[in-house]
Amino acid sequence: MFGSIDPALLIASLMVNAVPIMLAATGELVVEKSGVLNLGVEGMMIMGAICGFAVAVVTGNPYLGFIGGALGGAALSAIFAVLTQILQTNQVATGLALTLFGLGLSSLIGQSYVGEKPPATGDVAFGPLAEIPFAGTVLFSHDWMVYVSILMVAAVWWVLRYSRTGLVLRAVGESHEAAHALGYKVTRIRMLAIFFGGALAGLGGAYVSLVRVPQWTDGITAGAGWIALAIVVFASWKPWRVMIGAYLFGGVTVLQLNLQAAGSAIPAEYLSMAPYLITILVLVIISSGRGRASLDAPASLGQNFHASR
Amino acid sequence: MNRRSLLATAALGLGLAFSGPGLAQDKTKACFVYVGPIGDLGWSYQHHQGALAVQEAYGDKVDVSWQESVPEGADAERVLTQMALSGCNIIFTTSFGYMDATNAVAAKFPDVKFEHATGYKREHPNVSTYNARFYEGRAVQGHIAGRMTKTNKIGYIASFPIPEVIMGINSYYLHAKKANPNVELTVIWAFTWFDPAKEADAAKAMIEQGVDVIASHTDSTAPLAEAAKTPGVIGFGQASDMADYKPSPRVSSIIDNWAPYYVKRVGEVIDGSWSQSDTWAGIKDGEVEIGEITEAIPADVRAEAEALRDAISAGSYHPFTGPIRKQDGSEWLAEGATAPDGDLLGMSFYVEGIAGEIPQ
Repeated sequence: MFGSIDPALLIASLMVNAVPIMLAATGELVVEKSGVLNLGVEGMMIMGAICGFAVAVVTGNPYLGFIGGALGGAALSAIFAVLTQILQTNQVATGLALTLFGLGLSSLIGQSYVGEKPPATGDVAFGPLAEIPFAGTVLFSHDWMVYVSILMVAAVWWVLRYSRTGLVLRAVGESHEAAHALGYKVTRIRMLAIFFGGALAGLGGAYVSLVRVPQWTDGITAGAGWIALAIVVFASWKPWRVMIGAYLFGGVTVLQLNLQAAGSAIPAEYLSMAPYLITILVLVIISSGRGRASLDAPASLGQNFHASR
Repeated sequence: MNRRSLLATAALGLGLAFSGPGLAQDKTKACFVYVGPIGDLGWSYQHHQGALAVQEAYGDKVDVSWQESVPEGADAERVLTQMALSGCNIIFTTSFGYMDATNAVAAKFPDVKFEHATGYKREHPNVSTYNARFYEGRAVQGHIAGRMTKTNKIGYIASFPIPEVIMGINSYYLHAKKANPNVELTVIWAFTWFDPAKEADAAKAMIEQGVDVIASHTDSTAPLAEAAKTPGVIGFGQASDMADYKPSPRVSSIIDNWAPYYVKRVGEVIDGSWSQSDTWAGIKDGEVEIGEITEAIPADVRAEAEALRDAISAGSYHPFTGPIRKQDGSEWLAEGATAPDGDLLGMSFYVEGIAGEIPQ
């Protein structure tokens, strides 16, 4: 049944497939750890996709493109930050509105970029390392964003676990009142977390429009932001599990297409369903596991904070 | 994405309603519903070109309005109802999945004309259907694929298992096989009309398994963008010319040219001669065009492909000419027989030689 599928190529392409959702989910994890629920990931991703694309096309430099994508995502998240943190709007409603706004705005900005081709993002040159059978294909044949996404997960894990910044961030997310009483600037910390989440979502979006599908079309992210949100819950707010979740999801998606191409006997509908079924399954298993993991959500998640209260 | 040109239309409709029936008769309003964004550069883009041609042809006499990215299903019914209420005289619903919604709304608005693309249900006198013989273009692509493949593996990114797509797969395969008896066809069902990342992934999966000619039946240019990454892999423009990927990987294309039909039908609404019809036009009528075959294709193959196109256009050759057997080995068309339209429009089987099953 695995006839013509090359496992090394399969693993290599699932790593590429997982980059956008992994970046966006890592960003959202930081946001949620600070106690803010931003459902606008899809909107920020697609803003990153068009801003990154536009910058890369105009400057001819893919690296500037990724920076542009991160800034685009962060700029959209700034709207969310101002609305929810300063004007105290409802986070769920604002996040949903942000997605709709981002989709519309990206379409408007993108009008003049339809049909353009971005400069190519080259693979990192590992020289002889890339020649190693199997490991060379799996580990050393990617563009640099694949490595950035993994480094980003590692960095977020380290900061949350070992640094003072991470401790403060978690304190704000667990109990904003206690953090406030200790003298931490809850609103400022949360706004910074939101910008960071927006930048990473934008980076993920830029990866879609610059590498995975090197072109701009309306609605190019096609729901990846929602999957990123699900992965954060799936990962029960732990960075390395975000990586596992993203690879699992990316892997099942790639595998089902490869199985179809290899002429698998499993009907195509079941294969298409598989990524979502497995996500649901894992969510069920995680949330039933002695009830502990499900309680890992930051205690102040989604609650607004104002110093006067 | 949600550019609500509909809102403008609704406001205008309201204005007309208040300005009395006399004025409302002056302008004919033609409305279009698209399944994807106009910016897909494929299916919806071509329908929109048709809509713009209507505006161009009749100028002040028509109002054209449209809504993009309308999901198939319950949402479509809501959008259609709103369009009918806002004073549209004729509504073009441009995706197969709008079939039931179109007929349901048509029952409620007998004075509004409905035109449904690629469907077969005409339950009310105010519903017409229209389609293009895409399989004629697929024959030309199949021939090029069979002649050009070096790995003897060709691919087809399919959207949904509906007759239009199955017809395309069969025509593509039959002509590839005729040109190259060793050819093997790989079909991937994407279960979407528009999802660039997924379409690119499907193309990638095929390329990794040795496929070097990819035809797609989805709406975006993503499969071509993916093919462009691997030298030697070629593909075809789908629905629109996709000329940005010339001369390779895009070596030819099927262009859906809806403009003549749209202009004709809106014209009939204006002069009151519109009546229910079922139109299925092809290369001969100019509704299906074969985009330029580029220099990436050797001259002899190009000449053969063009000869095939011209034979289909002249009516001297039908892409489905017997003997053709079904996948299970039973006979479909006898020697020399051509496929009746009814068989094609309800096609739910692969022809002999294609591996795999059609999802139910």
